[in-house]
Amino acid sequence: MAKQHISFTLNGQKVETLVEPRELLIHVLREQLGQTGSHIGCDTSHCGACTVDLNGKSVKACTILAVQANDGEVLTVEGLAKDGELHPVQEGFMQEHGLQCGFCTPGMLLRAYRFLQENPNPTEEEIRWGMSGNLCRCTGYQNIIKAVQYAAKKMQSA
Amino acid sequence: MSSTADTVEREKNLQGIGCSRKRKEDPRFIQGKGNYVDDIKMPGMLFADMVRSPHAHARIKSINKEKALALPGVHAVITAEDLKPLNLHWMPTLAGDVQAVLADEKVVFQQQEVALVVADDRYIAADATELVEVEYEELPPIVDPHKAMDPDAPIIREDLVGKMEGAHSKRLHDNHIFTWEVGQKDETDRVFETAEVTVKQEMTYQRVHPSPLETCGCVASFDKIKGTLTVYITSQAPHVVRTVVSQLSGIPESKVRIISPDIGGGFGNKVGVYPGYVATIVASIVLGRPVKWVEDRIEHLSTTAFARDYHMTGELAADKDGRIKALRVNVLADHGAFDACADPSKFPAGLFHICTGSYDIPTAYARVDGVYTNKAPGGVAYRCSFRVTEAVYLIERMVDVLAQKLNIDKAEIRFRNFIKPEQFPYTSAFGWEYDSGNYHAALKKVLEAVDYEGLRKEQAEKRARGELMGIGIVTFTEIVGAGPSKTCDILGIGMFDSCEIRVHPTGSALARMGTITQGQGHQTTYAQIIASELGIPSEDIQIEEGDTDTAPYGLGTYGSRTTPVGGAATAKAARKIRAKARKIAAHLLEVSEDDLEWDVDRFRVKGSPDQAKTMKEIAWAAYNNVPEGMEPGLEAVEYYDPPNFTYPFGAYVCVVDIDKYTGVTKIRRFYALDDCGTRINPMIIDGQIHGGLTEGFAVAMGQELIYDEGGNILGNSFMDYFLPTAVETPHWETDYTVTPSPHHPLGAKGVAESPHVGSIPTFTAAVVDAFAHLGVTHMNMPHNAFNVWKKIHELGLDKRS
Amino acid sequence: MIPGAFEYHAPTTLAEAVSLLKEYGDEGKVLAGGHSLLPMMKLRFAEPSHLIDLNGIDELRGIREENGVIHIGAMTTENELIASQLLWDKCPLIPEAAKLIADPQVRNKGTIGGDIAHGDPGNDHPAIMMATDASFVLHGPDGERVVPANGFFLGTYFTLLEPEEILKEIQVPVFPRNTGYAYSKLKRKTGDFATAAAAVVLQLDGDICTKINITLTNVGPTALKAEEAEQLLTGKVITEDLINQAAEKAMAICDPAEDLRGDVEYKTHMAGEMTRRAIRQSLDRARGN
Repeated sequence: MAKQHISFTLNGQKVETLVEPRELLIHVLREQLGQTGSHIGCDTSHCGACTVDLNGKSVKACTILAVQANDGEVLTVEGLAKDGELHPVQEGFMQEHGLQCGFCTPGMLLRAYRFLQENPNPTEEEIRWGMSGNLCRCTGYQNIIKAVQYAAKKMQSA
Repeated sequence: MSSTADTVEREKNLQGIGCSRKRKEDPRFIQGKGNYVDDIKMPGMLFADMVRSPHAHARIKSINKEKALALPGVHAVITAEDLKPLNLHWMPTLAGDVQAVLADEKVVFQQQEVALVVADDRYIAADATELVEVEYEELPPIVDPHKAMDPDAPIIREDLVGKMEGAHSKRLHDNHIFTWEVGQKDETDRVFETAEVTVKQEMTYQRVHPSPLETCGCVASFDKIKGTLTVYITSQAPHVVRTVVSQLSGIPESKVRIISPDIGGGFGNKVGVYPGYVATIVASIVLGRPVKWVEDRIEHLSTTAFARDYHMTGELAADKDGRIKALRVNVLADHGAFDACADPSKFPAGLFHICTGSYDIPTAYARVDGVYTNKAPGGVAYRCSFRVTEAVYLIERMVDVLAQKLNIDKAEIRFRNFIKPEQFPYTSAFGWEYDSGNYHAALKKVLEAVDYEGLRKEQAEKRARGELMGIGIVTFTEIVGAGPSKTCDILGIGMFDSCEIRVHPTGSALARMGTITQGQGHQTTYAQIIASELGIPSEDIQIEEGDTDTAPYGLGTYGSRTTPVGGAATAKAARKIRAKARKIAAHLLEVSEDDLEWDVDRFRVKGSPDQAKTMKEIAWAAYNNVPEGMEPGLEAVEYYDPPNFTYPFGAYVCVVDIDKYTGVTKIRRFYALDDCGTRINPMIIDGQIHGGLTEGFAVAMGQELIYDEGGNILGNSFMDYFLPTAVETPHWETDYTVTPSPHHPLGAKGVAESPHVGSIPTFTAAVVDAFAHLGVTHMNMPHNAFNVWKKIHELGLDKRS
Repeated sequence: MIPGAFEYHAPTTLAEAVSLLKEYGDEGKVLAGGHSLLPMMKLRFAEPSHLIDLNGIDELRGIREENGVIHIGAMTTENELIASQLLWDKCPLIPEAAKLIADPQVRNKGTIGGDIAHGDPGNDHPAIMMATDASFVLHGPDGERVVPANGFFLGTYFTLLEPEEILKEIQVPVFPRNTGYAYSKLKRKTGDFATAAAAVVLQLDGDICTKINITLTNVGPTALKAEEAEQLLTGKVITEDLINQAAEKAMAICDPAEDLRGDVEYKTHMAGEMTRRAIRQSLDRARGN
């Protein structure tokens, strides 16, 4: 199948590449563009390990075609920290022990990043609901919730 | 003069044992800089994909590769026929059986590996798998283990026909793997015959799957010129993999390098060697290029190691006061089509004979029979120590059954039967020597914390109103830290573990272990042990694991063995260094060694504390000013063969409310008290407990690998296989007591598996307790709404007046 | 899991999309949110040669009210439904049900039109649409037609939509005053399809139920309308006894497929139980409780 040219903004940088229409965004990010932070956990859009931010929304990159990101804006975990400074959600996960094996973490972080913009001052129940598209096998979520609360607090006071 | 405040300050700076130190692993993970197997990219790397069987049991009549090979970008299609000349079409399992690497004439479970396709990228490889034409002749499958030994049962393993001497015992049928007996049969039978009270309960512990979020995979790279093989692999035991790969391939072990990079969770699933690994290694050797193979979730759930599938019958004999006199257990174990359990070699049922639990049971007998069925192989320890989950489930269920029969409170019956604190070390009827415990104190603390009496009162009121509320109590004992090499080995290698520490001239240190972290935070906690032992701040200690070229040989991380074995090795290696440091300090201070005492991070002269040498000063001296006759340098290696297992324990209470019109169970409260002896990093321990409880919740309330009658696996994606999200997961309350292990150098026991092992029977106990007043003694897992509703409906509780 | 190869088309107008559909016939498939289609393609259960992505067509988006009818563009995502104050004010059943669908990320891609047009009895919008007396605007090569939701769903993956037609818009009448509504959905976990679910929309005049729609999800080859149950309650003061009778009537029309969520008996009972709960909650809401 002929390859198509696509370009989009990835973590603030313009990127362009050639892709087959069937190539999934997660594969293009990981394999062509070298951004291996986002992971593949289930292939069926259940686990959320591949969560990235596309045009200001959380999406699962295993179920998006790369061609659909054409002209768009993509943020991955590699783009969360700015000028060497961790984003509050990154800090929160570290401070509250919100990760163990780290495999779900980039997806969790990207979802938390967007969720706190949708709901800057969430209750515990709202956090559980807002993060329910991301599976974690290690933490039991309790510290992930604390991590999101930590970040919310920090972002509120900023 | 060193003041108390100064000591405290120096201790704090070390961030040693007992400190909730933030994790060293986190900065890379939160910035997307983890390095998992699928992140590895090598020049010229090819991708492999697997052709799998659509049938549970079938003869392979032909395999036609032509169309696949004709697809541009395809480099090879490898089948059993290609592996035969290399004698690699079968491989040994850890359980004394053999397993087909690629199906040899027959397929024996659905999704079995039939051919490996290697191509330029994963898209072409996937396309090519569709083009490999395999012709099958279907055979009748065996799905129900109870039918495996029927006289007319089809033979699953034709390769074993006539071989009736199994790895563990005589085989009684072509589909029989082993019989394993332990304890005193005759004595136990005698006690049962004369007992005042006996109870019997059948229970099925369903087939489940550990399902870490990262699936299994590897990148194999064979260098034809150097003759070296490097394999990046999702393995919990890289050193064992190196030995197996060397034995299988004939490549000297010194030319095989296995690297477990960051591992996205293991939970027992990543202990064994899978066909995909071996086939990928062969592909790399044949093609002379790096080859990557990473399975997808469906492949992972369908083919890699499952856990449990134990069909158990438990019996207790007791007096009328509920004091247990004997335990009798019979188990039918479904091992799937190959016996690929990952247990210490001598124990085909793992450490199942810990099943006398926390109770002083004078006599016991257990028998386990393993059988083959047309299902995926496995039988691994899913976040537990070799069938301990099954054992704890059995005894905790049985104690409840006995309590209900005698109408004794479920907490009270436990108090009556606990091994008493003064009985430790305690030898169980099956011969285990429990190192330490204080079960009474733990349960008492939990009952007070949850207001147990109040809960029972509330339950009585609810029952009167026809509402379903259950209270589950479990007081478990684990056995972890395999293990003493006199009883425990894997493929003949004793289950020791190791640590090597190098203290550099400027006082920082590098340490390497034979274990491998998969989320447990080894890079954080090992440093804390060394910090406390050597007075070097944790921040100055680098921990490395997982690369067999650099780390000392070890058996890996599973069965909660890291702290009991690797942690002990680390403490003892550090102590070797401290012993040498003491000699150097004595030399520097011109005093005798006996005149020195250790003070956090230094040796000081007794009675003259200002005269001291810090570890940093000693480290420098180790490289330029050592006593005459002493080797320079400050390094040590310890291979630690534990004298015994450790026996962590806990007391858990779960309260549930059940919706009698839908069967939905709501976990209202879960209180978990764990005792793992000395606590190295409380933050990490709590995290491990949250995770273990959540995995236990998943198993008890929803997980099950189901096969239909044709041997088709159902529910093998995350649509059906239950991994709870934050919405479904309950809030956990944790607590602890500290009863150190007397034989571990730090007094520490393992912890990460306790919450899984302990919580599962607690959920069952709570659900069953909601129906106990109606005569229900047991309900099989998973306690999903459908299954619970069936019981409700059977009892007519959902009838409307 | 890798989809087979296909050619990708990204039309920017509906006319263009329809002409592509016409051109490629059976070889073509339209892509909405993609969370049903792409997994099917990754499993190679679906292997279209041409994928026509509707995401770039602006005329398929947006929610507006006109003369007492709410118009929802077919490509409106679940999260856009949830974020619509207009819907919460005038037809709150739709956003309330949308909150029970999938998970936050999937709701950013999944669309109301895709959910409807797919014809999967496990999807939630078909029952919601039937309960709210919605109509669908179907756009084809020869123009547009408007069909009621009730009657649109013919069988599993089988609807009134012709191969060359695209679902353009959903039209839902604004809820009258004194409307009560509910969607009771039993599911195993976040992101799951319903084991069984019931949607109810009713109107009260005083204590009398003047109109009621009761529809069911995932207990038959399509979403089901429990007409006998509706008739039983219409014109009456709804009592607990009548609710139970209505639930029995709803159960009588169920024909669920057994799967890991439950057997036929369980699913049927759950359809009854969800019906009870939805009616009770609707009554409470209509009474302003």
